[in-house]
Amino acid sequence: MKILVTVKRVPDPNAAIKVKPDGTGIDTTNLKYVVNPFDEIAVEEALRIKEKGGGAEVVLVSVGDKVASEQLRTGLAMGADRAILVLAPADLDSLGVARIFHKLATDEKADLVLMGKQAIDDDSNQTGQMLAALLGWPQATFASKAESLDSEAEKNSQPGIQLSGGTAKVMREVDGGLETLECPLPAVITVDLRLNTPRYASLPGIMKARKKELKEIAADSLGVDIAPQTKILKLSPPPKRQAGRTVESVQELVQVLHNEAKAI
Amino acid sequence: MGNVLVFAEHHAQKVLKTTQVAIAAGKDAAAKSGGECQAVVLGSGVDAVANEVAEYGVKVYVVDDAALANYTADAHAAALAQVVNEKGAATLVAAATAVGKDLLPRVAALLGAGMASDVMAFNADGSLERPMYAGNAIATVSITSAQKVVSVRTTAFDPAAKGGSKGAVEKVAAGIDADSKKTKFVSFNEVKSDRPVLTEASIIVSGGRALKSGENFKTVLEPLVDALGAAMGASRAAVDAGFVPNDLQVGQTGKVVAPALYIAVGISGAIQHLAGMKDSKIIVAINKDAEAPIFQVADYGLVADLFKAVPEMTEEVKKLK
Ligand SMILES: Cc1cc2nc3c(=O)[nH]c(=O)nc-3n(C[C@H](O)[C@H](O)[C@H](O)COP(=O)(O)OP(=O)(O)OC[C@H]3O[C@@H](n4cnc5c(N)ncnc54)[C@H](O)[C@@H]3O)c2cc1C
Ligand SMILES: Nc1ncnc2c1ncn2[C@@H]1O[C@H](COP(=O)(O)O)[C@@H](O)[C@H]1O
Repeated sequence: MKILVTVKRVPDPNAAIKVKPDGTGIDTTNLKYVVNPFDEIAVEEALRIKEKGGGAEVVLVSVGDKVASEQLRTGLAMGADRAILVLAPADLDSLGVARIFHKLATDEKADLVLMGKQAIDDDSNQTGQMLAALLGWPQATFASKAESLDSEAEKNSQPGIQLSGGTAKVMREVDGGLETLECPLPAVITVDLRLNTPRYASLPGIMKARKKELKEIAADSLGVDIAPQTKILKLSPPPKRQAGRTVESVQELVQVLHNEAKAI
Repeated sequence: MGNVLVFAEHHAQKVLKTTQVAIAAGKDAAAKSGGECQAVVLGSGVDAVANEVAEYGVKVYVVDDAALANYTADAHAAALAQVVNEKGAATLVAAATAVGKDLLPRVAALLGAGMASDVMAFNADGSLERPMYAGNAIATVSITSAQKVVSVRTTAFDPAAKGGSKGAVEKVAAGIDADSKKTKFVSFNEVKSDRPVLTEASIIVSGGRALKSGENFKTVLEPLVDALGAAMGASRAAVDAGFVPNDLQVGQTGKVVAPALYIAVGISGAIQHLAGMKDSKIIVAINKDAEAPIFQVADYGLVADLFKAVPEMTEEVKKLK
């Protein structure tokens, strides 16, 4: 069983993001980068599946600049086996990234690709679904589980995704509730926030990660068409809301909402 | 140039409000590109749905096939890509609901088309506006492929109203083979509620970590929610802790809402939460910390302990009725 997990380098979700005055991008001065939080959950899930037995290999893959190797090292320190970084220009779109992953998943003969549902920089929520289409594989997006993140199952690091007899049973977060799907492997699964709480890399894990294989490949050596079909023309700051005012009491609040705002 | 095809999502034989939004967005896109807005309904036994969609004044293609009885991304994407190609649509539009988010990128890849998610506006020059970085940036993007795929933010367009001359309904045969339907639907565990749906409500009361338990959501927050006839929402912290179901999470990675009135109770106002509600018309914040970032977007802020303020507010609201 081989599990590919995609890992994207993104700005820290706690960082204040500002658009550059010329609209060409965001201000990256002193910006800290992390593993996309959803991808951390995907790595954690892969490790749990591996630890449950059956001899899985967990391979991390990323597309981007050389510095993304930092995030791959983080995933290796969590416990993944090896990593592949595809060096590519920054103007790739989701389809281009999906086409690169298509090639990697095929070459690696992956049985399962685990991905985040959404990268918190572009907020696209596209790449996993696109990859599944290109591979002709079934997809289960927004994987979650019935037990809460405070449950016993979670404390025992049980995987939320159930694999047996070549099928994956996945609970998904959808509008109005939770849906359960079954899909035969190979499949692409994208993960949501409630699937698990990812572990931290341990110190021995970090030491070990330094010796694990991290292969770099140039995107143009893959023979894949990655010409972007979408283009960002400019970025603008979002409209600002007018500052409001504080009210002194509940009575005043209800009065202004009723009489002034006419909202209730 | 070229026609716009709107994917009309439905549930239990009903056309969803989010679908009306998608139709409105599709009409806007068509008006700007000089094409016609059409719609497509996929499912099994969906004649009534197709007829209802046609009442919005759009031509409707309907693929009625047993393989589409329950929604699965693979079968639906195969059918949808086929309709786009057969009918020569230039742009495919759907609402960015859970289904829209799951389905559209798959169709885009089948078509080899560029896609933009969560689009807030179609510009006259053909470019689009969409949020990035949890709404900290608005990107102007252009899709350069001939076929284009767009999911639209459900708060960014007013739902279309029925009217105009009823569109024709045309059946299209699917041709979904076993290879394009590998996924099996097992079950849907629906969260039953008598309250308005989050994305359709005109008033939303959301609770955060400060509520401390699911029990407190019931005994403290719900009476206010019901006194206002509101929908209930929550922060990620409240959902992660299991106080309320997943489906109620508002934010960057949850639901995006823009009601006439949004009341945030015991929510700090992290950027990821704001990303899902800051386009609300009026925002009220109740928080005991005067420095909480939620007050920076609130029209009316009350610095108070929610366990005292919320029951009081419930009583005051009841007096109005
Ligand atoms: C990848 C990612 C995605 C995310 N997506 C989302 C998302 O979609 N939606 C979302 O909401 N968050 C999201 N978050 C989480 C977000 O960053 C915050 O952690 C979360 O919104 C905090 O929830 P909260 O405001 O309920 O809790 P806290 O930040 O803990 O705030 C609790 C607030 O309650 C106040 N309080 C405490 N006691 C009382 C009392 N008795 N009376 C009144 N006030 C009181 C406190 O002053 C505080 O301001 C995401 C984070 C990441 C990393
Ligand atoms: N450049 C990339 N490198 C690694 N993974 C990526 C990249 N782009 C997207 N992904 C993966 O695809 C998921 C969805 O991203 P997106 O479609 O951009 O929101 C992310 O959570 C990642 O797992």
